[in-house]
Amino acid sequence: MNHLFRLSAGLLRSGTAGLYRRRPVPEGHVSLVVARLFSSEPENSELGQLIKKDKVVVFIKGTPAQPMCGFSNAVVQILRMHGVDDYASYNVLEDQDLRQGVKNFSNWPTIPQVYFNGEFVGGCDILLQMHQNGDLVEELKKLGIHSALLDANKDEQKK
Amino acid sequence: MLPLFRLARAPLTSLRLLPLRACSHTPMDRPVESSIRAKLSRTLAPTHLEVRNESHLHAVPAGSESHFRVLVVSPSFEGLPLVQRHRLVNEALREELAGSVHALSIQAKTPQQWSSDPSLAKSPPCMGGSKHDPGMRLRSDRE
Repeated sequence: MNHLFRLSAGLLRSGTAGLYRRRPVPEGHVSLVVARLFSSEPENSELGQLIKKDKVVVFIKGTPAQPMCGFSNAVVQILRMHGVDDYASYNVLEDQDLRQGVKNFSNWPTIPQVYFNGEFVGGCDILLQMHQNGDLVEELKKLGIHSALLDANKDEQKK
Repeated sequence: MLPLFRLARAPLTSLRLLPLRACSHTPMDRPVESSIRAKLSRTLAPTHLEVRNESHLHAVPAGSESHFRVLVVSPSFEGLPLVQRHRLVNEALREELAGSVHALSIQAKTPQQWSSDPSLAKSPPCMGGSKHDPGMRLRSDRE
């Protein structure tokens, strides 16, 4: 079964206790809760580490299994189309500190937000345009991710 | 001139009457939209500009100015990657985005790109996020 999202393994380290807490929610989905201590750090260095822990990191409303916003859903669907099933996803609706923190950190006013290899890519509009013009396949290749659409194209050409 | 009304595209339940935007063009009706238009015009000198209030497509009260789609065609975007173009738009609208504007869809094209593809993108369907959004409730409580 494809795991469409996971929390970064680094968050489970006891060394970061007090900064991040994982808490189970009723549906069994594990969410990220960012402690208040984090929001007082001026450089948001914890966020700086968070975005580098995984090749693909998204901040969305809801979860990949249940997006709570059409724009966030678009990001999830695009990644799914390309067969990207191993990425970190953070639900900003669960934590207003994270929500504002990521906007400050990225200097970007809206959600969703997408990071590739620790670098800010953009929101839903940009990811969609990259998907439409072929740039996303190239960017994923640079991350060492083979887009599923390349295989789909090969199948088409064989016919 | 009396304002005209049209039926909003409301799903299922009650019909909502909204002013016909094309006819009532007074800035006082739509202060945020007017401000967006003015600021983008001033900072980016667009050759083509479209500003659409898409709040009615989302789970927010009628008459909201919370969700916008903008199409900006400007030579200022020449040579800039998408993220930089969007940052220019965000910067121009910093005040609005810190205020009532909750979502901003952006298309930022050079005049050449626009002439080869003069189309306005469509927003994805709302998934009702604003209903469950504590941030939105706080904002509407203040208003």
